[in-house]
Amino acid sequence: MATEVSRPSSRRAPRQQIGLIEWLRKNLFSTWYNVIITLVLLYVIFQAVTSFVSWMITAPGWPAAFTNIKLLLTWTYPVEHLWRPQAVTGLVFLLLGLSSGVWGGIVRMVTFGAAAISAGLGVVAFTFPDLPGQTSLPGWLFLFLCAGLLIGSDQLALRLRDRIRWPLIIAWLLSYPAAIVILRGGFGLPVVETKLWGGLMLTLLLAISGIVLSFPLGVLLALGRRSTLPVIRMFCVLYIELIRGVPLVTVLFMGALLLPLFLPGGESIDVLVRAIVAITLFSAAYLAENVRGGLQSIPKGQIEAARALGLNVFQTTLLITLPQALRAVVPVLVGQFIALFKDTSLVVIIGLVDLLGAAQNIVGQPQWLGTPGGVWRETFLVIGAIYWVFSFTMSRISKRIEDQIARSRH
Amino acid sequence: MMNGLRQANLLPTFSFLSVPAGFPIAESVIKYNPSMTYGRAFVVGILNTVRVAVIGIILATLLGLILGIARLSDNWLLRNVALVYVEIVRNIPLLLQLIFWFSLTRLFPRIQESIDVGGLIFLHNRGVTMAWPQVGNDFDTWMLWVYGGIVVGGVFYVVRRIQFIRRDRPGVALPYAFLIALGIALLGFLVTYLMNGVWPVSLSVPVLQRFNFEGGITITNSFAALLIGLVIYTAVFIGEIVRSGILAVSKGQREAARALGLTPGQTMRLVILPQALRVIVPPLTSQYLNLTKNSSLAIAIAYPDLFYVANTINNQTGQAIPVILMLMASYLSVSLLTSLFMNWYNRRIQLVER
Repeated sequence: MATEVSRPSSRRAPRQQIGLIEWLRKNLFSTWYNVIITLVLLYVIFQAVTSFVSWMITAPGWPAAFTNIKLLLTWTYPVEHLWRPQAVTGLVFLLLGLSSGVWGGIVRMVTFGAAAISAGLGVVAFTFPDLPGQTSLPGWLFLFLCAGLLIGSDQLALRLRDRIRWPLIIAWLLSYPAAIVILRGGFGLPVVETKLWGGLMLTLLLAISGIVLSFPLGVLLALGRRSTLPVIRMFCVLYIELIRGVPLVTVLFMGALLLPLFLPGGESIDVLVRAIVAITLFSAAYLAENVRGGLQSIPKGQIEAARALGLNVFQTTLLITLPQALRAVVPVLVGQFIALFKDTSLVVIIGLVDLLGAAQNIVGQPQWLGTPGGVWRETFLVIGAIYWVFSFTMSRISKRIEDQIARSRH
Repeated sequence: MMNGLRQANLLPTFSFLSVPAGFPIAESVIKYNPSMTYGRAFVVGILNTVRVAVIGIILATLLGLILGIARLSDNWLLRNVALVYVEIVRNIPLLLQLIFWFSLTRLFPRIQESIDVGGLIFLHNRGVTMAWPQVGNDFDTWMLWVYGGIVVGGVFYVVRRIQFIRRDRPGVALPYAFLIALGIALLGFLVTYLMNGVWPVSLSVPVLQRFNFEGGITITNSFAALLIGLVIYTAVFIGEIVRSGILAVSKGQREAARALGLTPGQTMRLVILPQALRVIVPPLTSQYLNLTKNSSLAIAIAYPDLFYVANTINNQTGQAIPVILMLMASYLSVSLLTSLFMNWYNRRIQLVER
């Protein structure tokens, strides 16, 4: 039986670009339920945006956040010593700018982003000169200097490149203790007690301390969990599972209550130190699991090859497995850093005044009692935005690193 | 250390557990008043944590599922609205969100001027009052029907399974057994009503009295804020897990299912979801645990959960070490039970390889 085979009729190639109408039809109105969803969402978005904008324009509470910007940033840090947080910011920006020149890539993106934000805030601070900020260095000038510092050191490092690579790494390692010394005093500087610290400064300090201090501990725990010695392995497993099974507040609570009991002269331990210890111990358990994931992803051949080359266990770990494992888990670590950054807000529960605590205090200030509905919406919105900018930036960075690692594997 | 404790007269002991607590707890699942013991107060705290965790997990899973599917929608607007929601919520600390919701619920009008949602839900500054099912007089009669339904359904299931095994053919029995049990229960519901003229379970609609609502149930604004905050926050993470789970099922599976003539609904239900679940369940477990642990933030908005009650007990008795031990043991057991259950479920849905 003969079958008819129709000749394929020649067609023109499909168009690459589609018009606006076609785009709308394809993406918004493709089926009857998509039409309904689109229309309902358009209505909801319109309502939400218009009511939000009109609320933002008429809201009476904005002065609460903006007249208290100093409290939000540094809480009760003495005004005459405000140059110290500024100096620390400058130091970090200097190192960041130099790193940007040396390494480029993501670091450079962050540097230019920070410079743009500093300059932008500087313009805002300059246009509203009545914002309180009675420092020796006016806020706007400081912000412009920061932007200049970032770009300038970036350009400088572009010339020096390889000559400052190692000094820069050492400078980064030293920057954490240096920042603490500048903020706290000692070595000839007058001491500013930690109970005066607070605001965004404290939030950042807690987050950075948490990650910097928990990193070595977490790596040790991860290695310990893979150890062949049963005692060490059991201890690490027990520690990690115990900490991961309880909420951070319990650990903070333990730090606040038990640390003074366990250590001699414990009552005199700074509340801030207790919080940092608790956050470090907590974060280390999670970090250990992440690092362990990285260690497990390394093929066994790597270790066997290293041993065959005559490296001992320590050399194998330090030179072969750990560097590869850490590289693989960088995005996860950034993710954990974001979580830690958000979690630092829990210290308000043990009485420290971080960014959230400062906002809560401002909301409770007597001069806002007359404002109908209170000023909490405006204040919380401002600090929510601050938290958001930091976490969102970090999550973008993490995504970039992830993409880079994925690309380098191909 | 013991020396220091002895000096402070704070040697750890559990004897305080049988001493009257003397502090009130705003809401409780079981009966409680200040003359009851610390031990009882602690149990109240545990139950309050379990209550918010269980309800929160159910709601967060539903919202997360919707969110995860919305993120993959072919509707550009829906996809991006979901994305904006995710990016806003997950980058702001949960504690800030909880305090925000709590402050918001306190902004509601006084109870006499509550916001009326469809005559069934009332929002006011003391919490939320809503209509709730109420057990009638004939409830016990109806329960007999329910038990009967369960027995008949069970018998049906066993008989069918035996048939399947005898004929050595695969078949579906459980859903039909459920349907039979449900049908008998519904029939009983109707019959009880026809015989007595009263529904065995009726909806109790709250009615505003002079100072309070009569009927329905009222949940405090602490509980409402905690639940809303936890659900909205955790749903974001669950949504991302669902999304990546669905994406992990290879495209060929969907195409093959469509080529075999399955409808889009069947493809989703029978092909995509069972495979996606295998990827979804392990990280989902850790989100459930996170929600449970995060419920300890309730202390900031005065919901009497486990941590809140333990903190109060510690403040009153000064027995820091026993209280912390009990606190940690409780959280660990809750975490352990949740992961045991989820591991059991995970094993059930894993691919059985021969």
